[in-house]
This record gives sequence, C-alpha cells and structure tokens, in this order.
Amino acid sequence: MSRREVLVCSGTACRSAGAMEVHRRLSDLIVEYGLGDEAVLTETGCAGPCSQGPLLRVMPDDVLYTQVRPEDAEEIVRDHLMGGRVVCRLLWEGHESLSSIPFFSHQKKSVLANSGVIDPDRIEAYEANGGYEALRRVLTAMSPEAIIEAVEASGLRGRGGAGFPTGRKWRFTSDAPGEPKYVVCNADEGDPGAFMDRAILEGDPHAVIEGMTIAARAIGAERGFIYVRAEYPLAIQRLEAAVVQACDRGWLGRDIQGTGFGFQIDLRIGAGAFVCGEETALLASIEGRRGVPRSRPPFPAQSGLYGRPTLINNVETFANVRTIFRDGPEAYSAIGTESSKGTKVFALAGQIRNTGLVEVPIGTTLRQLVFDIGGGVLEGRELKAIQIGGPSGGCLPAELLDVPIDYESLGEHGAIMGSGGVIVLDDTACMVNVARYFLDFTASESCGKCVPCRVGIPTMRDILVRITEGEGTFEDLDRLEELAELVKSTSLCGLGQTAPNPVVSTLRYFKGEYVAHIEDRICPSGVCQALAPPYTIDPEACKACDQCAKVCPTDAARGTPGEPPYVIDEALCIRCGACFKACPFGAVARVVRR
Amino acid sequence: MSISGVAKRIEAYAGRPNELIQALQLVQEELGYVPAEVQGQIADTLGVSIGQVHGVVTFYHLFRTRPAGRHTIRLCLGTACHVLGADRILTALEKQLCVPVGGTTEDGLFTLDVVRCLGTCSLAPVMMIDEDVHGRLTPERVFAILETYATSKEEPG
Repeated sequence: MSRREVLVCSGTACRSAGAMEVHRRLSDLIVEYGLGDEAVLTETGCAGPCSQGPLLRVMPDDVLYTQVRPEDAEEIVRDHLMGGRVVCRLLWEGHESLSSIPFFSHQKKSVLANSGVIDPDRIEAYEANGGYEALRRVLTAMSPEAIIEAVEASGLRGRGGAGFPTGRKWRFTSDAPGEPKYVVCNADEGDPGAFMDRAILEGDPHAVIEGMTIAARAIGAERGFIYVRAEYPLAIQRLEAAVVQACDRGWLGRDIQGTGFGFQIDLRIGAGAFVCGEETALLASIEGRRGVPRSRPPFPAQSGLYGRPTLINNVETFANVRTIFRDGPEAYSAIGTESSKGTKVFALAGQIRNTGLVEVPIGTTLRQLVFDIGGGVLEGRELKAIQIGGPSGGCLPAELLDVPIDYESLGEHGAIMGSGGVIVLDDTACMVNVARYFLDFTASESCGKCVPCRVGIPTMRDILVRITEGEGTFEDLDRLEELAELVKSTSLCGLGQTAPNPVVSTLRYFKGEYVAHIEDRICPSGVCQALAPPYTIDPEACKACDQCAKVCPTDAARGTPGEPPYVIDEALCIRCGACFKACPFGAVARVVRR
Repeated sequence: MSISGVAKRIEAYAGRPNELIQALQLVQEELGYVPAEVQGQIADTLGVSIGQVHGVVTFYHLFRTRPAGRHTIRLCLGTACHVLGADRILTALEKQLCVPVGGTTEDGLFTLDVVRCLGTCSLAPVMMIDEDVHGRLTPERVFAILETYATSKEEPG
C-alpha cells in the first residue's frame, strides 16, 4: 500500500462547516485500522472553494473530496486509503483530479501556492517547500540597494487597493533620513467582501513574515509590527505561533542566521474601526490613539510610526515578495499586463455558485473570474452586477464582463481593484439598496474629522433612504451627484474620497432603477419593501392547496381549500414573499406594472 | 477576575501611553467590558488623560462600557451577508432574544452585537458566537444554534 497524505482544509469556512469533526473521525479511523505508517493527516489553510467545504485532498493522487461529513470518513479510509479506489460520490462534479476541476484549472496559484497544501502551524513544512530560501539568498548575497532594485524591476504594486509601486515605496523609506525605521504589515482587512488577507495569514503566515524581513533588510529596519484585526482569531493564533517558530529557527531575532542582521516582529490587535485600514490611522492606532487619519505629506515613508520612516504594505503585498526573489524579477514581471504585474487574489462571494478564494494573473477578465472559475450565478437567475473593491469600489454591469481586471481598466469604468473583494449580484438585487447599504457603512465608519465626510455621507445616505421609501424626486439625483463630487474632492483620506463611488457607479450604469423608484414608485427587484410590487396568484396554476394562506402573516392570501383560485388582497399584502416561497405550484408572482 | 485584580495587571503598562489599546484589551478580556472606574485607573497608571482613555474606548467598536453576557453574538452586516438576507437574520435574533442590537438578555446569557464584516463572506449570512463562526444562516437555524449555547455550554463564564 502506498503512503498517502490527507490534507484537511481547516480554514475558517471549512471549520464552520464541520471540518474538525471530519478530522477527528479520520484520525480515529487511521488509528483503528493501524494505518499509522501509510496515512498522514495534515491540517492546512484555506484550499479555495469555500462553498464546497469541508474539503479533503488526498495526495499524491490529487483527489479532492467535497462536502465531506464525518460519516463519510470510514468509506474514504477503507476504499481510498486502504483500497486505492476513489470515492466517486464525494468528487466535485465527478472530477477525479483536482487539476481538471474548472475552479482550479483557470487559476494561477503563486501567493496561495502553500495555502491548502502545507500545515501552517509547522515551520518545517514551510521550509520544506522552499520557505525562507528567498530570505537566505537576500541576506547572504544581496545588498539593500540590490533588493530594492529587484522589487522595482518586478513591477509589484501594492495589493491593499491603491496600487502604489512597492519598490518605489521601499526606496522612499530607505532614502528617508531618521532612525530607527519600522516595517508595518497592514492586516486590518476591513473591506466587506474581502477575505484574502485572512486566508493568507491562516494558511501561510510565514510567507508574510519572510516578506516583511526582506523588506526590513532593504530599508534598514530592526523592528516590525503586524496590525491584525480582532475579528480574525484564527489568523492571530497562527501568526503568533509562526513568529515564535521563526524566532526559534533563527529567521527572526537579533542575529538572523548568523548574518548579524536583526529583525523582530510584534503583533498589534485592532479594536474594530474600519478607518484603521488607512495607513496614517493605522499608525495612530499602533501608538495607542484614536485611529484618525492625518494629512499627507509627510508620508509614512518620511514620518510614520513615532515620527520615524515607516514602510507600510499590506499582507498580500508582503506575501508576493518571496516569489520575486525565488523566481527572479523577470519571471515575476512576465505575468500580468503592461502596467500591472503578477497575480491577484480575489474573494468571490454573493449570489454566485462557487464562493471562495481564487488567484489569477492580473488582466484576467471579469467573465473568466465569475463564470469560468466562479461557475456563474445560481440556477434560473441572471447576472446583474459585479461589485468590486468594497465601499470604495463600484458596481459594474453585466455588459462589462470582458473588462480585464487591472488597476487602470477598472478605474476607467468607475470601480477599483481595491483589496480584491468581488460580490456578485443577480437580478434579485436592488442597486439603489446596494448604494444605500454602502453609504450606511461609510457613514457609520467615518472618523468624523472632515466635515464633508462626516456630514456629506449621511446626507447622501438620507437621500437614498428617501428614494428607497418612495419619496425621492429627480432633483435628488442631481443633488446626489453634486454631493458625491464635493465629498470626493474635499475629504482628507481614502474613506471619504472614495465613499461616493458606489453611488456614482450605480447612477452611471443602473439609472433606470433609480428612475423606477422615483417615477414609477416601484422597486423592480422587490427589495425595497415600501416599493415592492404586491403579489398575485395565477388562477390557472392555483390548486387551492391553502399553503399561501397558511403562511401569510396578514391574511392577505385567502380562499377555500380545494376551490381554486385563491386571491391576494393587494391592500393587505406587505410584500414579504412568504406565499411566493410557500407555493408548490409556482402560482404566486409579483404584479408587473411597467 | 475582579476589578482590583485587573487594576494590578494594568501596572505592567505603567508609564507606557503608547500601549493604551493593549491595556484596554486586557481589561475587556478579563471583565468583558471596560468599567468607568478602570478607565480612570488606566489613565493614572499609563500617564494619559482620562479624556484620552475615554476617547479611545468610544472610538473603537470592540470596547464595551457595560457588562456583556456570557456569550457575545456578532452578526455580520457585510455586503455578501446584506444581499443574502442578513436583515432577516437580525430580525430573528432580536425577536428570539428580545433585545435590540447592543443589548444583553435578561438572563445574562447573550449579548447581541453587529459587525461590519467578519471576512467569512463565502458562508453568508454569517454570525460569530464568541470565537465560533456559524454560516449559511436561516432564521430557523438561528433558533437551533442559540439553543445549543443555552443548553450545552453552561460552563461558568
């Protein structure tokens, strides 16, 4: 019998779906059947397709099992681990090898190469996969100047959102006068819809530590901080363990690998403030103050933490660094587009079939991302919009599916790459409601320093509330555009400057929905309760089964059992949709007035 | 841990105003909230003004100034959760627990909070109870989940 390794995805999503119960059961069975020498169980970070969890991957056969339950464990052990036969009923759409599954075959995993493959809690596993080799090479064979040149040549740009060239940032910090210097990793992933940094920290924490240490060598820093949000307890736990292990193995500490270079990393846990993702606010928070942004210049590269030159990069940016030194800057820059190099990790969520984490070369189109990898929208639904870039981003319509995802193309169309959160919206979503949702978010997360942001965003939000409640006017739309321009141009930090984007982009591409809310007093997708069209019953299809009347909370649906048709009293209907869901014959539908 | 016990542990931060947030996190971890009197002690110990301490406590969402229940529920209101019906889950929670957002149930078992995004969007709608993530929620599942905390996890908090 050949030796097999079972990789158990223990990312947050799979855990929540019951991965640890599956792990326990497998572990018991391996003991029970005496397979100690032939089967190894490995807990890994996120493997990607979260909607299919819990996930198991059996190596070296490279078979992926999906939606595994503890009671499936026995069959996997007996048939596959002992008998060498694949358990077909647990495969993803019958694919016997992971590499033939479309979700994986269209991806290019570089930053996520280790995630879902190695045990993040064992530094030996990271080292065995070439981990810390880049750092060793940098420390023994490269000058700080050569390191910065390599990062510049790679074309790597910041993955946190703005896309600033990483090499240039490193050079600014290196050139800035003042000692000591600091390296800060921004792991305050606050954009709703983004979870790539969480997955990297949970699945491959050493890659971030290695990237930070290379940066520290380049700019001459001896101390670094990782600012991670408190909402990620598993990421914090894995990072803490990784820092300790890296110190034990001499990859962090006063004298790294006997080279005389020293670097230490401390964790700082956030306390729940979205604005702390902004770099100057983040620094204020590390210093123990309210996370209020300040004006730049001076940039953190000149005057950052405690007034010293500080390099701030995001998690995914640091995780990219080791690839540049492992493969060389030329190989790195061979991937991507003319102006945007390398790969980007995206988080797919919302009304899409395959949710999860994916990595593709920059320049991949939205269509490839949402359809080829994401599997498209759910059965019977139509794609309406793709929200990309979180509260700072925009909503792109289905007509723009062939736009390549790079910093410039997205910007041209009114969205941003942002940190890479992609929320797919189908025809059940209301775009006015989505715009209102984002302004609710930014209004409550504004730090309050700048008046245009503090007052302007709630004013815009109130207008949207009026529109969604059926009290909007066409003047409101002009007012929204005016305010959007004002808030954008007069706020200090990125939060205020980009907060109007969801409104601007929905007005640009989905104006018809605003008009329907204002002119026809209808919310076409039925999301806005006050404007949702009432329900009606098709007399031909009704079988008088009484299901609708049973669930109707206001007795609007009425009739006599066995005597079709039932009817819905429009005046009593509160548009809750209970009858629509309850009807077994599809007889209930919304009244279409347009 | 008692309030006086916590006050002792704050001593470790004496004269280190830059570590105000860590000191507050320690207090919250031990007591479940940051009482007003402890805020005063922190100000004295670290050498910052009481205004600064209060400013930080009220700026960050995670600090509480009133005691929390044994279990803290944090319902995610992120984008994916929003479009997949987080508002219905919120209504179900409020109805089941008979408390508004920010409130604690009469028996002291649950505190209901909302958060902006838990970064578990692939499982939307999602909530966290203490450190456990519960995904793909429906109003019916919410009741069943709360039940397990109310009955099987009765260890002293």
